[in-house]
Amino acid sequence: MMNPAMTFEGAHPLAATIARLVWLLPLLPLLGFLINGALAMLGAAKIGPADPSEGHHSEGHGNGHGGVHGHEHDDAHDHADHGHPPRHKFAGIVSLVGPGVLVAAFLLASAIFFAMRGVEMEHPYVLTLFSWMPVGDLNLNATILLDPLSMTMVMVVTGVGMLIHIFSVGYMQDDPGYPRYFAYLNLFVFFMLILVLGGSYPLLFVGWEGVGLCSYLLIGFWFSEKANADAGKKAFIVNRIGDFGFLVAMFLMFANLGTLDILGVADKAKDLPMGGAVATAIALFLFLGCTGKSAQIPLYTWLPDAMAGPTPVSALIHAATMVTAGVYLVARASGVFSMAPVAQLTVAAVGALTAFFAATIGLKQWDIKKVLAYSTVSQLGYMFVGVGVGAYVAGIFHLATHAFFKALLFLGSGSVIYAMHKAYHATHNHDDAQDMRNMGGLRHHMPITFCLMWIATLAIAGIPLFSGFFSKDEILAAVFARTHGSTLAEASLLGIPGSTVLFIVYGLGLVSALMTAIYMTRMMLYTFHGPNRTGEAERPHLAEAPWVMTGPLVVLGILAAFGGWLNVPALLGAIGPVGGLEHWLEPVVGENALRTTLGEAAHLSHSTELVLVGTAIAIAVAGIAFAVWRLKPAALVAKKDAPAAEGIARVLENKYFVDEGYDAAIVQPTVAVSRNVLWKGFDAGVIDGLFVNGSALLARAFGWMGSQLQTGHLGTYAWVLLIGVLTILGAFTYR
Amino acid sequence: MLAEALALSAVLFAIGVIGVLTRRNAIIIFMCVELMLNAVNLSFVALSTLYGASGQVFVVFTMTVAAAEAAVGLAIIIAIFRHVKTVNLQNINLLKG
Repeated sequence: MMNPAMTFEGAHPLAATIARLVWLLPLLPLLGFLINGALAMLGAAKIGPADPSEGHHSEGHGNGHGGVHGHEHDDAHDHADHGHPPRHKFAGIVSLVGPGVLVAAFLLASAIFFAMRGVEMEHPYVLTLFSWMPVGDLNLNATILLDPLSMTMVMVVTGVGMLIHIFSVGYMQDDPGYPRYFAYLNLFVFFMLILVLGGSYPLLFVGWEGVGLCSYLLIGFWFSEKANADAGKKAFIVNRIGDFGFLVAMFLMFANLGTLDILGVADKAKDLPMGGAVATAIALFLFLGCTGKSAQIPLYTWLPDAMAGPTPVSALIHAATMVTAGVYLVARASGVFSMAPVAQLTVAAVGALTAFFAATIGLKQWDIKKVLAYSTVSQLGYMFVGVGVGAYVAGIFHLATHAFFKALLFLGSGSVIYAMHKAYHATHNHDDAQDMRNMGGLRHHMPITFCLMWIATLAIAGIPLFSGFFSKDEILAAVFARTHGSTLAEASLLGIPGSTVLFIVYGLGLVSALMTAIYMTRMMLYTFHGPNRTGEAERPHLAEAPWVMTGPLVVLGILAAFGGWLNVPALLGAIGPVGGLEHWLEPVVGENALRTTLGEAAHLSHSTELVLVGTAIAIAVAGIAFAVWRLKPAALVAKKDAPAAEGIARVLENKYFVDEGYDAAIVQPTVAVSRNVLWKGFDAGVIDGLFVNGSALLARAFGWMGSQLQTGHLGTYAWVLLIGVLTILGAFTYR
Repeated sequence: MLAEALALSAVLFAIGVIGVLTRRNAIIIFMCVELMLNAVNLSFVALSTLYGASGQVFVVFTMTVAAAEAAVGLAIIIAIFRHVKTVNLQNINLLKG
């Protein structure tokens, strides 16, 4: 498997810069993982019982602001221990190492980024580390692929990751599992960097699986509560379904293209027939992997449940980085996707449906984190619409801005939950600290969080000049532009012409944008505006979180507000340099994007573009105005007094009963088949009955037959002897 | 002369074999075994006219071994009789599997 770029390695201009230290990038978090992991194991022997069933739980909960979690289940437990336990004995060094390695990684990434800006890069920089799998035809090296796309992801992962690590220092400060938490978080960043820097699909897959593992570990971080452990398992199992698709795609690549190298596949994909079965199959199976990891229909159900983990984890893994891996993968494999218009249409259609579907659920959720979770699913749908229609830059752009504003929203909600939990803890109340019906009027108590979360809300709603406006608009404009004169418009999906599909996708995108504005405004109104519903006794205890938590929020607030300047559209060329990200990513995806648009840049006339932008702005403003007009935070009652929802609201609140449907359609039949056919039929019947007991029976039967020869009568033996002698003599005689 | 001697030897041997196979009394079987031994002795002696005296030497060996065997065998039969009060081999099947 020859890597086409390998030959340039020696002469590559980046080899002379700090970029040659790129291998250090993943190693830094790995080092942090090793140190924190060792400290966690050392500490576990002394602090807290290792057995989670005794004691650990009450520590996790009873320590005030450390264990801000498991709200529905709080009530079921006895909180006898309300003392304030001392911080973990290694908390100091962990607070230094955990975020420290991320700061170092971010600084290194920035240095490499500026080095990349400084040189003329004709080819991606490929660094071969060691020979990984030399097996027969497959000669796989562990390589790092450094190009503008992976660099963008590295900047997002290390930058947002660093801020979230710092936030975690405050959020998790009193948790007895403090070092374990940072060990997992560092390990996650390590695998995430492997994912984005991996130079071949198998290496990418290693990162892909690794982040899945860390996601599982962190969702179930407070595993002593069954609901949390179950949520972790659900995420892990649902992701396995997607991984099956990824694996099949890799097998197909190797069988048809003869290589698993990312650059090699991109190179060979060019020679595939346009719209052929091979490219379509590879692309669709890859996308199956994406639906698992990036929570798209039909595999999205794990992401809302993943909110059982600590809130910074939700921000880092389940909003900003890991769940966007699918979008990254589609952009990475854009060479294959651009050869398969049907697969592209599928991606865009599934993305639009997910965006719409999740947004409707988000309208009626009461748990602040659940609102954000469905919002994430919805926004991921947008990203897939972007990369699906071949607007890879727009998809990655939305990925980046979404990382900023969604991380901000999650961390902001974390800071709200932190305050709520602290207030409830001070008064020994076990009410739900995540339910928006128990909040309200928090703007007076936490003004910084309030301002910053409004910035993020305006960004996600698409108010002009905030980051989300640019990226979301770019995606919608790209969809509109491709309804004519693109390979997509000429293809068809399930008999529907491609341009019709794209119009539907565009329409769903607009409706989802409207609902996004509504549910985000609803969340803000119920959380921060109106009267406070927390409770008389709790109110004085509501306060802003410490600076270690609000600091990262401020940085993210700046990014969420101004992130749009990464890629200013030509229409608004007056406010800054046009298309920064577009030029930056052009060497990676430019050619593939052009293939979808038949070689022409997807241009809309200025007037069309103005109409589109105007529509988008109108929709965002309308959504916010509608929410402000219709929703009356003053009329809301606390959770314990709230009546049950009815009609369509009940359906939405229960997420269309999709989980129940999956349970009845897939889980229960699987369990029934496992129990009755596989266990009682196959295991007990065939394996135990036929093989285990059957072989014993067979041996006994042979033994019985042998024993029958042993009569003990001398006469029999004599006869046998005689017959034997005669046989031998006869054989010698008549030979 | 040789042919007759060998024929007699074969007849004696066959009688011994049939006795061993058909009789049930241990003593009689024992005697039949002796008969077989002596049939072989007869053929040794007869064939020594052709192949020299070594056949006759073997007969002496055989008779010595047969005497020892008779002593041991009879002792075993007496021991069995003391144990199970019979020498009928039909009733003695301790080796049955």
